Amino acid sequence: MTPDPTSSGGPPPGAAPEAWTPSEIALGRAASRRSLDRRRILVATVSSVVVIGGLVAFVVTAPGWPVVQQTFFDLDYARQVFPGILSLFKVDLLLVAIAAVCIALLSMLVALVRTTRAPATAPFRIIATVYVDLFRGIPLLLVLYLIGFGVPALGLTWLPTSTYVLGTAAIVLTYSAYVAEVIRSGILSIHPSQRAAARSLGLSQGQTMRHVVLPQALRRVVPPLLNDFVSLLKDISLVSVIGVYEAVRQAQIYNNESYNYTPYVVAAVLFLIITIPLTRFTDRVLARSIARQNAQGTA
Amino acid sequence: MRRALLAIAPAVALLLAACGSSSGGSSSSSSSASGSTSASATCSPGSLQTIQSGALTVATGDPAYPPWVVDNKPESGKGFEAAVAYAVAKKLGYTDAQVKWIRTGFDEVIKPGPKNFDFNIQQFSINDQRKKAVDFSSGYYDLTQAVVSYEGSPIAKATTVAELKNAKLGAAVGTTSLTAIQNVIAPATQPSVFNSNADAVTALKNKQIDGLVVDLPTAFYLAGAEIPKGTIVGQLPNTADQKEQLGLLLAKNSPLTSCVTQAVDALRADGTLASLQDQWLAQQGAPVLGS
Repeated sequence: MTPDPTSSGGPPPGAAPEAWTPSEIALGRAASRRSLDRRRILVATVSSVVVIGGLVAFVVTAPGWPVVQQTFFDLDYARQVFPGILSLFKVDLLLVAIAAVCIALLSMLVALVRTTRAPATAPFRIIATVYVDLFRGIPLLLVLYLIGFGVPALGLTWLPTSTYVLGTAAIVLTYSAYVAEVIRSGILSIHPSQRAAARSLGLSQGQTMRHVVLPQALRRVVPPLLNDFVSLLKDISLVSVIGVYEAVRQAQIYNNESYNYTPYVVAAVLFLIITIPLTRFTDRVLARSIARQNAQGTA
Repeated sequence: MRRALLAIAPAVALLLAACGSSSGGSSSSSSSASGSTSASATCSPGSLQTIQSGALTVATGDPAYPPWVVDNKPESGKGFEAAVAYAVAKKLGYTDAQVKWIRTGFDEVIKPGPKNFDFNIQQFSINDQRKKAVDFSSGYYDLTQAVVSYEGSPIAKATTVAELKNAKLGAAVGTTSLTAIQNVIAPATQPSVFNSNADAVTALKNKQIDGLVVDLPTAFYLAGAEIPKGTIVGQLPNTADQKEQLGLLLAKNSPLTSCVTQAVDALRADGTLASLQDQWLAQQGAPVLGS
């Protein structure tokens, strides 16, 4: 908030080259701006304290709060179960890492197939469309059972029976359907004039897609993609239904032993430690991309 | 709503009548499982108010499965529960010929209402919820945990707990079976934990796990009826659960409850139950695993 010399009270033209000092008016404006800022900060602080403090007070003064605190936020118990849950949280992270790479590849393939227009690719377009319709519509839980228990029941010995592999595959199949649609919407959002311009410069269809359409399309869909990633991180624990031993399942086992829900909260905190920075990162990316888009007109 | 109330009314009346008559009758009608010593005099065929006087009417499932009842013929006294029923009858003073068998479903007899049997034996586990509707004797069997597998699996021939250490084992979440895996076997790899026994059975059928831990009655059922080439590897040692027992089921406030409980307690005390367990459960395909 430094005063802008060009807009207010600069030295009059033709004056002696003495050291520049801001005028009375400029100083006054700066002072009033500062006091306004102070007022804004003060109001924001007071309002935050009142609203957030009020909410906390509302919960904490409720008659059942001690019971809730004991059953959900038991610090001693949390310390006791934390190592067990943390060691299995690594399973979740590993599965997410593998799944994310597979989803990126599969969804890109599906999105590209669905946006092709060549008559020869029609059967692939149909397959990709049916795939997306099906896997977006079927609940993830059922897909997990179908892939996790149905595939091994086929009795084909060359197929894997590991629930880790099959569970991850089920997640990849479901999420790729969603992500493919996000990428496709990005591709379709690129104005046709971009393609036309690229083609007129002599780029082939493939080159146009690779060098002109995709870079712009993907940049546009980064925020929704990160959104899906956060969601994937939380959904990965669903693979426990087919027998994968991971953090949320461990929390459930502790809960069954103690009838205390603190282990779930511990698991949730671990997920938050990953997802909150990711969400903030998503916000920043979104803000940057808006700024960049708005700047395009003037640059 | 009104029709439902009308339908319930006779049942309520019957219940009330039953309560009234039993409280007005002898003191032995108390449903407490403790059973006083003085009551032993009244626990004889002459004084017991059975459904059919001079006979003991015992019910079991239809069909009844081994090892609980062999060949669906409880009259033979073969099978653990058939043998227990005859042992209880003998303690009460009935001869084998005085024991009459009838068949009932499982779910319908746990509900309140008049019963057409003196006691019912078909793996009823005792719990407080059921006690609101029916009476139970004291437990004649403490549930143990057993490992179910399939023929040809890596652990099918295991005879000790140590041989199960490297197996991929599964159990349903929140069960004593899962605790038994962790505490008794403590396998090298994490057990597979499922939401239900159904999911665990599917994983075993798919050979995604080597073995599944359930309580013994369930193990017999799964190995016999659900899992192709299913086999019981064995019972886990030291998993007899005092909290979860099978009991003889009687009508609510039955005048026989305390006498039957006394008989069961006596059979437990003199070792009859233990030897019947060994004869009809351990030797019939569910050996207790060594450590």
